[in-house]
Amino acid sequence: MDERKDSKKRSRLIAKLGFYSSTVLRELSSMVWMGRDTVSEIVDRLTLRLPPFRLEHFFYQANRVGVGSVPMLVLLSVFVGLTMALLTGYQLKGFGMVTLVPAVVSVSFTREMGSLFTGIVLASRIGAAYTAELGAMTAGGEVDAIEGMGIGARRYLVTPRFLAIFFLTPCLTVIAVISGILGAAFISNLMLQLSYSYFFDQVMTNFLVKDAMAGIVKSFLFGAIIGVISCYKGLSVKGGAMGVGVATTSSVVLSISSVIACDSLCNIFIVTFFP
Amino acid sequence: MSAQGNILVRMQGVKFQFDDKVVLKGVDFSVSAGEVLVIMGLSGCGKSTLLGILLGLLKADGGSVCFGDKEVTQLTRRELNEVRTHIGMVYQDAALVSSMSVKENIALPLSELSHKTAEEIDDIVNQKLELVGLKDVIDKLPSELSGGMQKRVGLARALALEPKLVLFDEPTAGLDPINSRLIDDLIIGLRDRQKITSVVVTHEMGSAFAVATRMAFLHEGKIILEGSPDDFRSSENPIVRDFLSDYSKKRKNELT
Repeated sequence: MDERKDSKKRSRLIAKLGFYSSTVLRELSSMVWMGRDTVSEIVDRLTLRLPPFRLEHFFYQANRVGVGSVPMLVLLSVFVGLTMALLTGYQLKGFGMVTLVPAVVSVSFTREMGSLFTGIVLASRIGAAYTAELGAMTAGGEVDAIEGMGIGARRYLVTPRFLAIFFLTPCLTVIAVISGILGAAFISNLMLQLSYSYFFDQVMTNFLVKDAMAGIVKSFLFGAIIGVISCYKGLSVKGGAMGVGVATTSSVVLSISSVIACDSLCNIFIVTFFP
Repeated sequence: MSAQGNILVRMQGVKFQFDDKVVLKGVDFSVSAGEVLVIMGLSGCGKSTLLGILLGLLKADGGSVCFGDKEVTQLTRRELNEVRTHIGMVYQDAALVSSMSVKENIALPLSELSHKTAEEIDDIVNQKLELVGLKDVIDKLPSELSGGMQKRVGLARALALEPKLVLFDEPTAGLDPINSRLIDDLIIGLRDRQKITSVVVTHEMGSAFAVATRMAFLHEGKIILEGSPDDFRSSENPIVRDFLSDYSKKRKNELT
């Protein structure tokens, strides 16, 4: 009897695993197809000597992604830098090594925290907005109408959004790194008695181009991941207003999880090949 | 069954199904240049699906769909987009881009698909808005317009690229009688003055008889009757008669 129950449980587990794996594979392949369609629509436009996307659309999206995200990102980075310096400072104080705080903050922000926090902020702020607006357009038949005119809905809607988030994520990462270090410098001066000049000297001494490059390359990847997931989720909405809500939630969850997973994989790659 | 003259659209044995539900079981019809074909049928019988297939938004599971000399089901994306520039579609719920003004909506196909200058585009937008009698709403957003106005803007957008064929999906559904008549008059004007070929999908009998030069009745996935409005009035087909009886009663009430 027990054996039969166990085998039933096992088969149910395998069925669930199979279902989830097939869903993930289906979603991944659909995203790849969306990318392929978008590129092929761009190529079609270029062969017809028509611009692949409107520059004003790109600048509008870039303004939303870039300028619009600066206040939230600066605030978040300053507080994270501040907390990080404070907590590491108090731990290192016990060993008489408080002077290492600038190095710790500098390395962790340039290599890791700057790009990661930018990714998370953009996934929740811009990814959600992209999915919601494209989702509402899909549910309202606007995407079909654009496609039906022969304009190429994916090219028209996805390209400026994707390029904006792809190119603006690294710029925002630089702002996040600077803000985090400034926050850390402020609290180190206030609570750990480290002067600003010493702090910034140490930051510059420990600054490695390799670390900065790692952060910047990762931020390009994060931008691409958020852009693809949020646009795909928006364009595949089914079921009206409720469908838009479901897609937006799913887009944010998937974007943040993918950014964190990609970050871990990149770190493993960097540590292995560029120690 | 087939139409006379230059055939612009020809559907043969078109089949389509959503998952397990068979919607079209082999639809055959053709549309000649300059005529207005009205496709009628019960709600959910696949009338709008036909338009989606004709525009290449839905892929038929079988059969042939020709626009001019081109087989729509066999076209590459680039060729399909080229064909779509010759077809204007007026959607049931207008489907205007909600974040764009009326002017931007009508200018959208022109700015994206033609090499026209901004001045030329402005001229065309004004001309199309004048045609549908809505010149004073040029800077408004779709959400600031009534349902009837949205449909007229949708028609202006559909006409922007001077299409050979205009598809109307339930153009008068949900409109009051005055707005319905306004839309009917626009379709008749396009037919008589501009010689534009149209396919109108509707279940509003008043509109159907007002605009049609030819009619087709879609039932359970097939065209069960095709002919002139007079053929429909005198039809002995029980389904068509049943469908038309409500309309006849309404007409009688109106006349008395």
